[in-house]
Amino acid sequence: MKIGIYPGCSLNGSARDYNESVFAIAKVFDIELVQIPDWNCCGATAAHNLNKELSLALPARILALAEQNGLDEVLVPCAACYSRLVVTQHELKVEPEIKNRIKKVIELDYRGTTKILNVIEWLDKYIIPGIEEKLVLPFKHKVACYYGCLLVRPNKVLNYDRSEDPQTMDEVMRKIGADPIYFPYKTECCGAGFSVSRTDIVSKLSGKIIEDAEHRGAEFMIVACPMCHSNLDMRRPDINQYFKTKFTLPILFVTQALGLAVGLSPKEVGLQRHFVPVNIDS
Amino acid sequence: MARIGVFICHCGENISATVDCGRVAETIGKLKHVAYSTEYKYMCSDPGQTLIKDAIKEYKLTGIVVSACSPRMHEPTFRKAAAEAGLNPYLCEMANLREHCSWVHEKNDMTTEKAIDIVRILVEKVKINNALLPIKVPVTKTALVIGGGIAGIQSALDIANTGHKVILVERSPSIGGHMSQLSETFPTLDCSQCILTPRMVEVAQHPNITLYTYSEVESLDGFIGNFTVKIRKKARSIDEKDCTGCGLCTTKCPQKKIPNEFEEGMGFRPAIYTPFPQAVPNKPVIDREHCTYYIKGKCKVCEIVCPTKAIRFDQPDQILEIQIGAIVIATGFDIKRTDFFPEYGFGKYKDVIDGLQFERLASASGPTGGAILRPSDGVVPKNIVFVACAGSRDPAKGIAYCSKICCMYTAKHAMLYKHKVHEGKAHVFYMDIRSAGKNYDEFVRRAIEEDYVNYIRGRVSTIYECDGKLIVKGVDTLLGAQPLEIVADMVVLATAGVANSGAEELAQKLHVSYDSHKFFAEAHPKLKPVETNTAGIFLAGACQNPKDIPDSVSQASGAAVKVAALFSQNELTREPLVAFVNRCSPPLYSTCVGCFLCQSVCPYQAIEREEFKNRDGKTIKTVAKINEGLCQGCGTCVALCRSKSIDLHGYTNNQMYTEVMALLNVY
Ligand SMILES: Cc1cc2nc3c(=O)[nH]c(=O)nc-3n(C[C@H](O)[C@H](O)[C@H](O)COP(=O)(O)OP(=O)(O)OC[C@H]3O[C@@H](n4cnc5c(N)ncnc54)[C@H](O)[C@@H]3O)c2cc1C
Ligand code: SF4
Ligand code: SF4
Repeated sequence: MKIGIYPGCSLNGSARDYNESVFAIAKVFDIELVQIPDWNCCGATAAHNLNKELSLALPARILALAEQNGLDEVLVPCAACYSRLVVTQHELKVEPEIKNRIKKVIELDYRGTTKILNVIEWLDKYIIPGIEEKLVLPFKHKVACYYGCLLVRPNKVLNYDRSEDPQTMDEVMRKIGADPIYFPYKTECCGAGFSVSRTDIVSKLSGKIIEDAEHRGAEFMIVACPMCHSNLDMRRPDINQYFKTKFTLPILFVTQALGLAVGLSPKEVGLQRHFVPVNIDS
Repeated sequence: MARIGVFICHCGENISATVDCGRVAETIGKLKHVAYSTEYKYMCSDPGQTLIKDAIKEYKLTGIVVSACSPRMHEPTFRKAAAEAGLNPYLCEMANLREHCSWVHEKNDMTTEKAIDIVRILVEKVKINNALLPIKVPVTKTALVIGGGIAGIQSALDIANTGHKVILVERSPSIGGHMSQLSETFPTLDCSQCILTPRMVEVAQHPNITLYTYSEVESLDGFIGNFTVKIRKKARSIDEKDCTGCGLCTTKCPQKKIPNEFEEGMGFRPAIYTPFPQAVPNKPVIDREHCTYYIKGKCKVCEIVCPTKAIRFDQPDQILEIQIGAIVIATGFDIKRTDFFPEYGFGKYKDVIDGLQFERLASASGPTGGAILRPSDGVVPKNIVFVACAGSRDPAKGIAYCSKICCMYTAKHAMLYKHKVHEGKAHVFYMDIRSAGKNYDEFVRRAIEEDYVNYIRGRVSTIYECDGKLIVKGVDTLLGAQPLEIVADMVVLATAGVANSGAEELAQKLHVSYDSHKFFAEAHPKLKPVETNTAGIFLAGACQNPKDIPDSVSQASGAAVKVAALFSQNELTREPLVAFVNRCSPPLYSTCVGCFLCQSVCPYQAIEREEFKNRDGKTIKTVAKINEGLCQGCGTCVALCRSKSIDLHGYTNNQMYTEVMALLNVY
């Protein structure tokens, strides 16, 4: 089984742990993840603020390359990259004129046939069906599933899960033995791109998310986005300072929790890279 | 030989400011067969009409073209004038020089040329117009009112009081509609039941009203003045004549935990029940879906206890067929329930309720006896939040319209709460306060100024539970767009008013139009708000769009007047501008080949079959025939007919062709 993967910038940088856990799981389930050759930046938050054409051309080029290399399905673990790719595919589908213009810009053929999978969709489709056999260490913990903003939005384009009260990650966690708590903050803003420029805003917003999860007895928070992870994990000292407290709630990528449940070691899923220490005692 | 008269109107300056009317009259006057051509300032005025009438007589005109405004405006006026001068009204045509020319163009020669063209083609048309006679159809003077809410009740009573028979069909076990659930009503805070129940009783006792509750319309055939309706009278499982309404059965039924619809799920009822104490008729019904006997085959406790032996387990549904002449649709509305709002908990928080649930809480006959107690634990909420526009005016939710009633009932709810819980705090999140109506804004001001309800202009983004409280996150857009969090004990969502369940199916059964939200559609948003575009079928109340009680009642009386006007005639006269299938002598009878494709496209089911038989009674040919009572003259069948056998009176193919040819200057 061969599936394309688009890592984007963060999976090779701040979210190497995410990358490692994705590849480690794929290996356990005999899935070959093929990087799209010569991939480029998805445009992130910058491109669509500056130049619409650029913001469509960048993802379109990635998708065109996937088509060219026969990758019918592409896993995009980063929620932000995922959003850019999905939105682009949608816009080019509904606006054939723009599509033709973009084709000229990227100098590649583009059909828009690639199936883009976010990490939850990927798990749901390829991992969960075979999970029972491989489940060696059920992840018996209370978890708060945090979806953030981009995984399930915009509604109009995605049509995936319910944007105000998503459930798919909770379902995946249940399948590996976890107990997802009632968590109203699951789609509240973490501060997103203010990670660098306004850490005070991130501290306040991310802090509230953590505070609520801890208050409700979560042992772990589960995420599926490198940006959320860095705000909730890497910015923890700022958060604790802002809230004048010591939040200890560890933040795991969904693939890390799943990796542990299928018997991968903490190191294999990159837990040692976290800023907030993760103590797995089970 | 045709002798046509042409009358050019200035419409004050509306036409003459851009069109050179004198030149039009002069040019047209030179055309062949035009016997008279003139201009005048106001043709529709009395002297204008006299001018036309005199000319018809003096010049022995065989047809006239009044060149003025839109025929929508004054065609009836001029046709009537023509008829008064002895000319068949359908030999009068109107050329629209205002909307089609003067209003949309600048003053110049081309505009006048265009005006001449418009008049010219109608001169050619009117030359070949046929005299037509109005169509007469008889009227059955019984009305059908569908839905027994306040609108249906009002319509039924008004029609019945004019001396005509009314059949009132209500699908639930009692009439009353949503108004029977309300506690007190804005803007006067009078008790809803107290003003409603006398009317319900009046309906039951009125000699001209036949009431069928627990019944639904099965099908409808026919046309204005001559409908046949089939009504399904669902089995009540009791004999209404024997039942005295003592209610003993309802106290002994072992099924006690069925969510009570009337209490909006905040109480329970047995399987044999009367929806509420003041129900009309006050006779119980067995809910077969939940009755132990129908589920398990035994029980029959009610049968044992009934003192008059009125229970009938084997009672079948009954289908009644009734002739009627007019219909009032008054099937009301519904509201979105809390489960429509994922951001407000998807219906899973017990203390987030909707407006009707609040009405039941506030009602003296409700599940709490009128005390405001929160559903989860029965505690009096100290801090209550009302969210207006929940779903309404929100295109993302698919409901772009304003539900109109919720601003008012939210103010009422906040007030009722403050009257009952003096020390409590009531907050209202709103987008705008829409309180247009007699004494309405004063009412809202009272809530704010006298009852100290805290109105916050802004929307609520999310509601969630934390430590047994509801956290309401919103924004105050008047105080510098500050995010705001209120820790509440209870939240009431003023959820959007939506079309009632089953509205779409009913509209299809009755062949009336409905809008994209499944509300019944009026024939014209301004000038025909009570009519549907099916003749003889009218609208009343919230089935058209969410409405409050005064609006529902006014419209209901309006609909009743329309029905009474219809019933004031013994025969109906209709415009003869309908389709006809040609006829010729045997053995052809008609060029129609009997494919009946036209039947499948006619939106009004106006095409019937006609059989021609020989002397032995054997059918030798079947052809299409138009029912003149039903045909609305849309012309769809004409365009479709492959053998060109159908044509439209007043707009025949030949007339249309003549107009086109005239425009191309072929004549
Ligand atoms: C929470 C709330 C509070 C309100 N408070 C006020 C107030 O204080 N003052 C005010 O003026 N207005 C108030 N209103 C508005 C009021 O309820 C409506 O104006 C009124 O109910 C409309 O009457 P109606 O007869 O058109 O519809 P409904 O009351 O909905 O009645 C329709 C009837 O038709 C029946 N029916 C439906 N479909 C069929 C069918 N297919 N066949 C046969 N029968 C059918 C139904 O069972 C029902 O009996 C309030 C509304 C709400 C939701
Ligand atoms: S009536 Fe008021 S609350 Fe209801 S939808 Fe209209 S504006 Fe919103
Ligand atoms: S003209 Fe229209 S309404 Fe009349 S019969 Fe033809 S299709 Fe039906």
